[in-house]
Amino acid sequence: MNQALPTLTVKDYTSDQEVRWCPGCGDYAILKTMQKLMPELGKPKENQVFISGIGCSSRFPYYMNTYGFHTIHGRAPAVATGVKLANPELDVWVITGDGDGFSIGGNHMLHVLRRNVDLQILLFNNEIYGLTKGQYSPTSQLGTRSPSSPRGSIDLPLSPCAVALGAGGSFVARSIDTEAKHLSEVVTRGHAHKGAAFIEILQNCPIYNDGIFEQVKDKKLAPDHRVELQHGKPIIFGSNSEKAIKLNRDTLALEVIQIAGKENQILVHDENNRVLANMLALMRGPDFPVAIGVIYREDKSSFIEDTHQQLLKTRVARGNLQQLLGSGHTWVVE
Amino acid sequence: MELAEEKLNEHHLDENKVVAVVVRFAGDSGDGMQLTGANFTQATALYGNDLSTFPDFPAEIRAPIGATFGVSAFQIYFGAEEVTTAGDALDVLVAMNPAALITNVANLVDGGLVIVDTGAFTAKNLTKAKYATNPLEDGSLDRFRLLEIDISSQVLKAVEPYNLGHKAGLRCKNMWTLGLVMWLFDRDRNPTIQNLRSKFAKAPDLAEANVAALNAGHAYGETAELPSGIHVYKIPKAKVAPGTYRNVTGTTALAWGLIAGAELAGVELLFASYPITPASNLLHELSNRKEFRVNTFQAEDEIAAVCAAIGASFAGALGITSSAGPGIALKAEGIALAAATELPLVIVNTQRGGPSTGLPTKTEQSDLNMAMFGRHGDTPMPVIASSTSTDCFEVAIEAVRLATKYMTPVMLLSDGYLANAAEPWKIPDVANLIPFPVKHYDEVVGFKPSLRDVKTLARVWAKPGTPGLEHRIGGIERSYDSGDISYDPENHQRMTNLRKDKIKGIAADIPLQEVCLGNQSGKLAVVGWGSTFGAIHQAVKRARHEGLDVSHIQVRYLAPFPRNLGELLRGFDAVLVPEMNTGQFVRLIRADFLIDAESLSKVAGQPFKIGEILAAIHAKYASLNPQTKVASNAKREQVK
Repeated sequence: MNQALPTLTVKDYTSDQEVRWCPGCGDYAILKTMQKLMPELGKPKENQVFISGIGCSSRFPYYMNTYGFHTIHGRAPAVATGVKLANPELDVWVITGDGDGFSIGGNHMLHVLRRNVDLQILLFNNEIYGLTKGQYSPTSQLGTRSPSSPRGSIDLPLSPCAVALGAGGSFVARSIDTEAKHLSEVVTRGHAHKGAAFIEILQNCPIYNDGIFEQVKDKKLAPDHRVELQHGKPIIFGSNSEKAIKLNRDTLALEVIQIAGKENQILVHDENNRVLANMLALMRGPDFPVAIGVIYREDKSSFIEDTHQQLLKTRVARGNLQQLLGSGHTWVVE
Repeated sequence: MELAEEKLNEHHLDENKVVAVVVRFAGDSGDGMQLTGANFTQATALYGNDLSTFPDFPAEIRAPIGATFGVSAFQIYFGAEEVTTAGDALDVLVAMNPAALITNVANLVDGGLVIVDTGAFTAKNLTKAKYATNPLEDGSLDRFRLLEIDISSQVLKAVEPYNLGHKAGLRCKNMWTLGLVMWLFDRDRNPTIQNLRSKFAKAPDLAEANVAALNAGHAYGETAELPSGIHVYKIPKAKVAPGTYRNVTGTTALAWGLIAGAELAGVELLFASYPITPASNLLHELSNRKEFRVNTFQAEDEIAAVCAAIGASFAGALGITSSAGPGIALKAEGIALAAATELPLVIVNTQRGGPSTGLPTKTEQSDLNMAMFGRHGDTPMPVIASSTSTDCFEVAIEAVRLATKYMTPVMLLSDGYLANAAEPWKIPDVANLIPFPVKHYDEVVGFKPSLRDVKTLARVWAKPGTPGLEHRIGGIERSYDSGDISYDPENHQRMTNLRKDKIKGIAADIPLQEVCLGNQSGKLAVVGWGSTFGAIHQAVKRARHEGLDVSHIQVRYLAPFPRNLGELLRGFDAVLVPEMNTGQFVRLIRADFLIDAESLSKVAGQPFKIGEILAAIHAKYASLNPQTKVASNAKREQVK
């Protein structure tokens, strides 16, 4: 089984299609990272399948020189489930956005996570509808001015990672479009995970929502506005690593503390703790840093694996069609 | 044409030699009428009669006891002759309570037999059924033969040794009644006894109590002094072609047809569906058949079901999805994606009464327009319909063949009546089914996702996992030449024409339309599609016995039409189209062939009666030929 795979490079994963995102779009960075990462994952190229819905991010499969299917709005998780059920050998990736994945396709997202379907779901979150020209999305911050909310949106936003956790997601992570190294690490871990790997990628839309993640992306601002989670490590941030997250055991809430003198109060990240994961996923400015990294992970039964186990057991004896047609009560007319 | 009914001149029970009978078992939805009917059907098939059944049940799982809207019924027509419908009027009505009587008695022929459980004709139940006076006492049943039995107390006596208690004991009422009706028609109880023992294998006492009730009902018929004219009726066996037979519902035949299709194509099936009445049984049947090339997926909604099926087809399996009207509406966008990306997909629509929730458990053919036109864009696709329960097997195989050969979604129309109705089926020899093996493309040199078969115009099926064929497809218009995204105006015209021509071309690959009864041309053609087959067939047969020049044509291929259909229809002076909608198929015929076809419409949630179609044939025929008008009127006078 240990067939040596030919050494592939970024070129092998780059399709001949001209990339058609706006100049400066965060999607370019994600695409580059993925094209570079794929050879490193060491899986046969012909087994890589990218399934997308509709939206700017969903053009992604056209640019990957793998199998790809640009489907319909919101339905990529359902199409991907069918692909994976038909051929569990395939590595199936879902490319979606905040509107595609959590507005029109929210139901399918909920159910692939609940069933723990073996997929890698990359959700490009730019907190806006790009392809339809700038309307607010289900992740847009309250008060977002857009063509459909000229006086500011009054829709309360959702947190993709918190919803993924609520749906029973077994791998929930967050990364940033331009942080190639971090994104590669997170995606690599998601790829190795058995079950649904949900990865929210904070992505800048330079046209309709420019700079929305500036605080977590900017080299100077980021240290104070984001925290990188690592399993078993204390949750520390700040330009001089002077701040940390603490769990207040009386209020069951997180707090930001200055470390000096409180070293023993620093919360240690446990990616297997769902309750903690939920609190970390919901952290946001201005009072809290935004958490990136693997927020939660657990091993649990995989829908695809269980389906095929059941099939294998049932098919120990293959069906005989003639026997089926003649099963039950029959009678002979002479 | 106005729907009218001619009462067929039939009083089966009074004939010297009874050759056909219609029996209807009716009771509360918890009374086990469907089980009773199924066992009687089996016994009747084994006896050697031809038969057709019609399970007719309410949408409520357990309606309040005694309510008219909770009446569940099972009708069977059996006899020595060819039987193709469940019968117009009833010869025997079994009414387990007043509600079952009041909702069904109008269909009983004069002189028909009505069997009632007097134990259920309490003041309370009479009120629930909205009887002002007790029909057993007020003379309103005088024109029937009335058999009044306190079945409840008879049953309790019969099952006493098993200590079931009052409530559970009364549950055996249906078997007691079945025993009596089996005596009436000389049926063998043994298969039913075997069924009961296997059904209640884990509760032997319950099995034996039911057997005791069945035997007691039978013994009652043998020993009790029954009113005159009630005796054992021996119905001669039907003349049918030699072979091995079984009973089959449309749902079962359809499921097995899909399994057979997968075998013949040599592909795996992914049946992705979301529960909906009356389509769910297809999911249940296939879920239990995974030893074949079938996997099933109960999706989170109708849209996910069609999308998962499309995903499976992209991956090289055949995706199949199934629903009833409201669910098919939700799948429309997905179906168009399959058409645009040229992936195979079978969509089964088990039609029910609409619009919206409509009549979930009742039958209708009103989704034809949606099947033909219910998609955005110019999105043609093949539409085929099954005509009988057994026909579902062949039509399912054909749907798989067309989908895989032409790389297209295919709509298969069934309906609530076909899904639940059972009829005897001569079991086909699998070796005689013609294989149509699918070939997944694997030629790396010169590969493009837009490659297509010059003859069928079908796109290549290149599945993920094949080295060197990595490619992208999607819903955006694709270049005819390269398969890449293209917004080029001329290319869109070319692709639209291609999609149209591909479906149109299927007409060359399907059989010519045949006349199933009568002459190839002549005065009147009655043209049907789907489950109207049985009633049309019997009506045309009767009309031909009367000497009328009438032919029956039943169309399976609704899109594209068989290439000779227009020419065939033009060979008749008049065309009459009965259908269970307001005239959807007739409009297609009129539009496509410029023929002045006339509609006969019925949307009552019930199948056509033979007498309704016969009346329309008489009326239409009379308008064509003044002489027969007189004869026909005279005949109708006689009937009255």
